[in-house]
Amino acid sequence: MDLLNTSLRQLAAALRERRISSRELASAYLDRIDGLDSRLNAFITVDPERTLKQADLADERLSQGRGEALTGIPIAHKDIFCTQGWLTTCGSKMLSNFVAPYDAHVIEKFAAAGALILGKTNMDEFAMGSSNETSFYGPVKNPWDLRKVPGGSSGGSAAAVAARLAPAATATDTGGSIRQPAALCGVSGIKPTYGLVSRYGMIAYASSLDQGGVIAPGAEDLALVLNTMVGFDARDATSIGRPAEDYTALLGQPLRGLRIGLPREYFSTGVSADVSRAIEESLAEYKRLGAVLVEVTLPHSALSVPVYYVLAPAEASSNLARYDGVRYGWRAARYGDLTDMYERTRAEGFGPEVKRRILTGTYVLSRGYYDAYYLQAQRVRRLISNDFKEAFARCDVIMGPASPTVAFNLGEKTSDPVQMYLSDIFTISVNLAGLPGLSIPAGFGSGGLPVGLQLIGNHFNEGRLLQVAHQYQQATDWHRRVPSLDRTGETA
Amino acid sequence: MNWEVVIGLETHAQLATHSKIFSGSSTAFGAAPNVQANAVDLALPGVLPVLNRAAVTCAIRFGLATGAHIAESSVFARKNYFYPDLPKGYQISQYEIPVVSGGVLTIRTESGEKTIRLTRAHLEEDAGKSLHEDFHGLSGIDLNRAGTPLLEIVSEPDMRSPAEAVAYARMLHRLVTWIGICDGNMQEGSFRCDANVSIRPQGQEAFGTRCEIKNLNSFRFLEKAMHYEIQRQIELVESGGVVIQETRLYDPERDETRPMRSKEDAQDYRYFPDPDLLPLHITADWVEQVRAQMPELPEAMQQRFVNDLGLSAYDAGVLTGSRATAQYFLQLLPLVEDDAKLCANWVTGELSAALHRDGVTEESSRISPQQLGGLLKRVKDGTISSKMAKELFEALWTDGGDADTLIESRGLRQISDAGALEDIVGALMAEHPAQVAEYRAGKEKVFGFFVGRAMKASGGRANPEQLNAVLKRKLAG
Repeated sequence: MDLLNTSLRQLAAALRERRISSRELASAYLDRIDGLDSRLNAFITVDPERTLKQADLADERLSQGRGEALTGIPIAHKDIFCTQGWLTTCGSKMLSNFVAPYDAHVIEKFAAAGALILGKTNMDEFAMGSSNETSFYGPVKNPWDLRKVPGGSSGGSAAAVAARLAPAATATDTGGSIRQPAALCGVSGIKPTYGLVSRYGMIAYASSLDQGGVIAPGAEDLALVLNTMVGFDARDATSIGRPAEDYTALLGQPLRGLRIGLPREYFSTGVSADVSRAIEESLAEYKRLGAVLVEVTLPHSALSVPVYYVLAPAEASSNLARYDGVRYGWRAARYGDLTDMYERTRAEGFGPEVKRRILTGTYVLSRGYYDAYYLQAQRVRRLISNDFKEAFARCDVIMGPASPTVAFNLGEKTSDPVQMYLSDIFTISVNLAGLPGLSIPAGFGSGGLPVGLQLIGNHFNEGRLLQVAHQYQQATDWHRRVPSLDRTGETA
Repeated sequence: MNWEVVIGLETHAQLATHSKIFSGSSTAFGAAPNVQANAVDLALPGVLPVLNRAAVTCAIRFGLATGAHIAESSVFARKNYFYPDLPKGYQISQYEIPVVSGGVLTIRTESGEKTIRLTRAHLEEDAGKSLHEDFHGLSGIDLNRAGTPLLEIVSEPDMRSPAEAVAYARMLHRLVTWIGICDGNMQEGSFRCDANVSIRPQGQEAFGTRCEIKNLNSFRFLEKAMHYEIQRQIELVESGGVVIQETRLYDPERDETRPMRSKEDAQDYRYFPDPDLLPLHITADWVEQVRAQMPELPEAMQQRFVNDLGLSAYDAGVLTGSRATAQYFLQLLPLVEDDAKLCANWVTGELSAALHRDGVTEESSRISPQQLGGLLKRVKDGTISSKMAKELFEALWTDGGDADTLIESRGLRQISDAGALEDIVGALMAEHPAQVAEYRAGKEKVFGFFVGRAMKASGGRANPEQLNAVLKRKLAG
């Protein structure tokens, strides 16, 4: 059995039927991480001993016939989820010494299901970035071309799954941080409706936008992981209580009559030709599957990037105030008085992009600027939300590119933050509206780099989105393509 | 020039909930440092606040008690500033839309009754404590208090003297303790006042520049600080200076206020709605549930005591000075045939003195209403005299027990038997024929001599009224 290229459903079946052991499975992935991650830098922390210990417990449980869908499956976690006893850095020097004393709700749920922690994946510092280049632990490399970025902020999770260093990885998405790296790395990723996955223990970047999700090769894998991950949590006031839903339930249903909305704004400007071509081809495939294409409009979508870069930094400037060197995390070694301690600690502990957003956020919340920036952005946010409401009156699912280009070169945009911010132009409005969004592999563009198709659903339509993705993946095999990892910066 | 004083008060009442406003930690006072601070209170990465509904219920009670508007929807906001005892780097408070707005409180001073308008009352969390002593030049942080629920109650600048401001503070203190939302303990910081003080020439409409005075942890300090501050401002202005808007700290040891920070250093708190908390929705049902559990308010009860029980306004005021006093009185009353005056005299007299002496409230009184009722019943039916009852009260306070047993065991039953009294009087008259003659000659002062002797002879047990009657009859001859 090819342990590294088998779907989660099949792996789970093999585990339950004791055809493979969890230890075997975990070892296969740990070995692959050991062999390849020095080139990818997808993981910040791997702890084989702990993982294997968890595998043995899972094997015991499986042998007693008490296995569930994810029992014995190793899952990598973005280093934004607090994991008791594990270093939890959020990609920052500020938390480079922080061993979480408690588990995030998501981690608790996976532990209860008997899944293993495969390791903690690399990410942009405090989830601020679109290329994984802001990480204190160095950039992650795109497995399809090691000279390229994997996207961000969940670049480690996306690259790990793409290179089959993990069968699935958790991730978070504030403005596209699941969908954009999934697209750039040629894997599937879902950001659920805001409030479905508890934020308790998920280190906050922008609270009103942050949402946990999953990256895995295929939509069916996503559905299985989501079944465990979603659920009400009383410790998160924005958590939504809904009856449990089986996200695999709709997967097998055909798409005949599905109305796909194509926002005029996502197809007009700023999309590179190779991405456009791949998206057109995937839409043609959907037509073959029985879907109908309808044009819709999201007139305020051009404002989503400026709105996001007011609101997200505003919340971040406050959320990151707790990193003051007083109670945990980095503290400057030498300082004078209290103010000096704060200043040095934060100057040393935060990287430039985090500082840029804290400054921006502090500015837009300041007296005299609040109305013009923060309040105005909140108003436009409502308009963006209404755009979607109207669009969904005319279609079942919205589609478009997840990213305007394929993966770009490492270092290419680091000196131009605005260019970097524009790489999330198609994903950000989904967070502003709190909607579920999915990115699936849809072929390859220039340089043999993956293109991602974005699927946007109405609130709580995750099941439908996964069905739409899965049906496409039954007809195509883009999500099964694995990079050979032979295109490296060194040989270029 | 004649100056008019303008005072407004901001009061922080610590709400009497068991757990904190946004976490499950205990709010009990006096634990070892940091043992009542969980992950949320420590602001670990990834933790989130969840609102404690009990704190909201307290705010609703306050709104109902002051006739205020209770917002159907109010918003929690973050007040951002850095300080080591503020773990998140922001305090969760309410800013633009508070849970309670408007409302009034009526005060009484020597110059009469006055209605003070309330601006608002909002929910917020307390910070921790910074301890600057005993750490060899370092500071210690205790986060036990961090996240304790507070109701910040802001008055309009309606008070015109320190006496009015203190009356307001006392009235507010009575109210929040009465409705059970605050324990009112000022030493432990459960009830803290900041005073905004300004002066203006008599007759001028515009307000003068105000100073905010902090650190007023007793009514006495509040009054003294305001007196000092008013004098300071008057002297400053009369000598050609101007008052600058600033926050001043009261130093009780020197009895003066000192500048803490001026408006120029005022921080920009960058308030914005807390995205971790949804707007607070209070349904009409919730308000009605709270209303149904509201006790009779002190003002209403005070009126009732005057109108229905015929008590003086003064007695009614003292008896409703605290809920514990009122409850004690109301439990006592039916045990003494509803003799309100007798009960009032004892509750405001002997009982109050004894409680004060022991430094406790009625709730921990050593004599229960039942015990006191038993005693007063015997006063009322003439078994014992008032004087004797006072002695018995002390005995009950010290040793416990019940009045009837003590009366029997000590043989204190009054001599009301006419025959016994006549025997005593007869013997006295036989002993003092000269005095009898003097009395009969019209020297009525001698009557007192016989009362004293007869009382002494009876061991103090003679029923005074009956003794008088017997003496009068027998001396008349």
